[in-house]
Amino acid sequence: MADFLLELRCEEIPARMQAGARAELEKLFRRELDAAGVKVGELTIWSTPRRLALIARGLPLATEAVSEEAKGPPEGAPDAAIDGFCKKAGVSRDQLELRDVKGRMTYFAVIEQPGRAMAEVLSAAIPAIIRDFAWPKSMRWGAASITTDSLRWVRPLSGIVALLDDAVVPCEVGGIAAGRETYGHRFHSKGPITIDGVDDYAIKLRDAFVIVGHEERQNIIRSGVAKAFEDMGLEVIADEGLVIENAGLTEWPVPLVGGFDEAFLAVPPEVIQLSARLNQKYFMARTADETLAPVFAFVANIAPHDGGALVVAGNEKVLAARLSDARFFWEQDQKTPLSAHAEKLSRITFHEKLGTVADKVERVAKLARWLCEEGIVAGDPALAEQAARLCKADLVTEMVGEFPELQGLMGGYYAAKEGLPVEVAEAIRDHYKPVGQGDDVPTAPVTVAVSLADKLDTLVGFYEVAERPTGSKDPFALRRASLAVIGTHLECEIRSNLLRVFDQVVDILNHQRLAKVPGAAEDAKEAAAKLGVVTASIVVAGVVENRSIRNGTGHHRTSWDLLDFFADRLKVQQREAGVRHDLIDAVFALGGEDDLVRLLARVHALQAFVTTEDGTNLLAGYKRAANILKKESWEPAAEPIAQTGEEDPLAMVDDPDIGDIVAEGGHTSPALSYTPEPAEQALIDALDAAAPRAAQAVEAEQFGEAMAALATLRAPIDRFFEEVTVNDPQADKRAARLALLAAFRDAVHRVADFGRIEG
Amino acid sequence: MSAAPLFTPPPRDPARSFQDMILTLHDFWSAEGQCVILQPYDMRMGAGTFHTATTLRALGPEPWNAAFVQPCRRPTDGRYGENPNRLQHYYQYQVILKPSPSDIQELYLKSLAAIGIDPLAHDIRFVEDDWESPTLGAWGLGWEVWCDGMEVTQFTYFQQMGGFDCKPVAGELTYGLERLAMYIQGVDNVYDLAFNSAGVSYGEVFLENERQMSKWNFEVANTEALFDLFAKAEAECRNALSAGVPIAAYEQAIEASHVFNLLQARGVISVQERASYMGRVRDLARSSCEAYAEKMTPEWSAKYPGWSLV
Repeated sequence: MADFLLELRCEEIPARMQAGARAELEKLFRRELDAAGVKVGELTIWSTPRRLALIARGLPLATEAVSEEAKGPPEGAPDAAIDGFCKKAGVSRDQLELRDVKGRMTYFAVIEQPGRAMAEVLSAAIPAIIRDFAWPKSMRWGAASITTDSLRWVRPLSGIVALLDDAVVPCEVGGIAAGRETYGHRFHSKGPITIDGVDDYAIKLRDAFVIVGHEERQNIIRSGVAKAFEDMGLEVIADEGLVIENAGLTEWPVPLVGGFDEAFLAVPPEVIQLSARLNQKYFMARTADETLAPVFAFVANIAPHDGGALVVAGNEKVLAARLSDARFFWEQDQKTPLSAHAEKLSRITFHEKLGTVADKVERVAKLARWLCEEGIVAGDPALAEQAARLCKADLVTEMVGEFPELQGLMGGYYAAKEGLPVEVAEAIRDHYKPVGQGDDVPTAPVTVAVSLADKLDTLVGFYEVAERPTGSKDPFALRRASLAVIGTHLECEIRSNLLRVFDQVVDILNHQRLAKVPGAAEDAKEAAAKLGVVTASIVVAGVVENRSIRNGTGHHRTSWDLLDFFADRLKVQQREAGVRHDLIDAVFALGGEDDLVRLLARVHALQAFVTTEDGTNLLAGYKRAANILKKESWEPAAEPIAQTGEEDPLAMVDDPDIGDIVAEGGHTSPALSYTPEPAEQALIDALDAAAPRAAQAVEAEQFGEAMAALATLRAPIDRFFEEVTVNDPQADKRAARLALLAAFRDAVHRVADFGRIEG
Repeated sequence: MSAAPLFTPPPRDPARSFQDMILTLHDFWSAEGQCVILQPYDMRMGAGTFHTATTLRALGPEPWNAAFVQPCRRPTDGRYGENPNRLQHYYQYQVILKPSPSDIQELYLKSLAAIGIDPLAHDIRFVEDDWESPTLGAWGLGWEVWCDGMEVTQFTYFQQMGGFDCKPVAGELTYGLERLAMYIQGVDNVYDLAFNSAGVSYGEVFLENERQMSKWNFEVANTEALFDLFAKAEAECRNALSAGVPIAAYEQAIEASHVFNLLQARGVISVQERASYMGRVRDLARSSCEAYAEKMTPEWSAKYPGWSLV
């Protein structure tokens, strides 16, 4: 058994890439040794800014000899075929063996792979690992880069240590030969260090002011920073990302503490923290009363010989300059009211086809007001409109220009400073929320109105101009926006008919687009009149190239498309909660269910039901009935109206009442011309009781009750299939029984499309 | 005839004199980097990287080591002389070493020591910062170098220039001279820097210049004339390109770039127009670099058999 040490030394590796590099090194090392047939146990992998190290203990001294067999052509095959086989297998013809395979003599090649010395395996593995190493970004360097084939690494590679026990593993990559010499800390150590093997590597590096274990450096930083603040009676604002980043920037981490002028605390704490963290990688602390303390901690990469006074003073100066910039922005921004900032939004393009940010704000304001006026959101319409008009104003402030992450938050601060109503300030602050799954969903009504209006406008807008997400591409984050809308609806139990809401958004958008073209509104009205549709912001003067016509269903095509999109997102969103996607389909498939809260209540009841024994059996009965009906081509009087839009609205408009007729189809049970069998009668009776009960329950949104009503059909349908022959030779019996099955199917269908349910 | 008295230069004092710091860097790179010490390019530009000694010389196979000070003009950074850190005109110290020597980091650290930065008293760090200039069709990987948390140098290994792979790669160092000097001299206001050892301050040299140029950049410059200048530079760049003198074309691209920055400072280019102007400048700069590389390729290939531009 032998122990192996590999160190790849290079110029400073970006901190953010080090974790990935450790994983890559492990993956490639295992790949190489697997290929040589060597089992590798646990590996130790370390990183510093200037080196990657791998230790593999207990490697065999040599790989085992392997004997492989390859089957070739049968005896008597053409010479060319046999020679080809020999060439492929790497043996000569006289080495072939003949064996009986199912009565046929066939050539076999036995390839003996002798065991290879471990050093030899590693000599080949190391260059392969280095050449195949995948960095997020890599580069060429030095004289060798006169061709583009030269070695690539994250930054110039400067040395390789490769030792198997105490012997150097001979190999060379890009002109760098492996050896046993490495270098310690950039400033605290001079000249090369000679490594004997696995056991003295970390120790010798430590003597040379390098702590090679990244976790140890992280611990030093985590506890050192916490301790330094604790000694001052403060608590560190924990930030693990910052711990890891600082450990990736240092080989000899020395936590130090500095301070800044308390006067800077007039600036919002988020600003100070962000500036210190983002630009300087500093830790901050809070006092016992939870306020930000005017101190910071940073991690030096040296043990300064003056104890750190100069380093601290330098860092204090840098932070002071940053904070005075931030304070300048904070004061400067407040000299202008948000409403005046908002005017500058007309200079920023939101999207080429959707106008400026000011245009968007205008739409969002109208929509936020409408959502409140309609009672969809229980907020004050005037406050919602006011908040919406100001919600993007901070985008043109100096502070958000410097720190885009602070959008919303700064607007909230400035609104509060201006003395605007608290609801307005809150709405401005939180209207981007929820930013992702897991983020807080706003609940304050005015905030909810602005948040929804903003996202709905984005969704509808990009759908209208055909910028829809495809595959992995979602440049405008529409998936995230839809999840936010869904999450807000569910969390706040917002009852709305989404199709109607989408229609409103489309109308607001098109109204605005048309208003920008003189005469366009009149043209549109005319076009609408000609087509006999509700609104038609149809192609006018080239502004609106999408067909925004409310089609025969009474809704815009975009609205239907978005509802489909939402159905998909809802499935993704609910997957984690354990809600089955097929059940969501089953309810969506009924068409017209666009109230997310009701829809989900229905799906929940359905899921509870289909997992019971009654549910499973009823589902089986439903599928059987549906199959028979399909096989017999038993069709109801008319197809239901297609739910998605048709290009030509006139094609869709048959008779607006037809839907109701279809829904009623097959329910009335005409007098039978024969005496039904007992099982048949039982199903008729059960259906007569259950169908209206289920329908009423659905109407009353008592979905559990609707499922209970369906459950009463389970025994009768089972018995019916057991005892009654549908396909009776007597035509009237057959027709009546098919009608009965259709009535059963339709009754079930009123609750959910069981045909979409899996299982 | 009596011999003129011998002149012995006094020792440099980079810790107390801005110009001595520059002269020390010149001494250092002249000796340690075998650099040609160039004078600033005599055109207005936003960064030392635009100097032909950097951009155009980064192309091609020939070794090239140069160091120079380049005044940089960033009209929108003007603060009328009222901000202690921000200037519309300041100096960068540029070093370009092609191919990048294997001890380039050590050389750089030695240069810091030469101007008085002791790496065991100050915390020097190499923090990831990649560089990209779409205008020049160029990018590289490297770091910003921190001294006690302050960025003092941009360190880049050029990978592409003018859309071509750098063969070989050049290492580029850009020192922010005023910042470094403020640090070394321990002053908080750039105008308080000692320019020389004879009592002249940076403010005495540049404060009035900052006041007047900020006013001109932001308030006075005739925008119609600037638009006209932009158009003329663009046309002249094309003219030079079609006449096969890409260095002249490149100068016009630099000119257009600076005029665009002035128009920005005057606030007369809308957000929408901005992208289109930047595209036009990019076109000029890239076309010039490409034309230069293509014009030089036969000569380069002759000297370096087997070398090819792409």
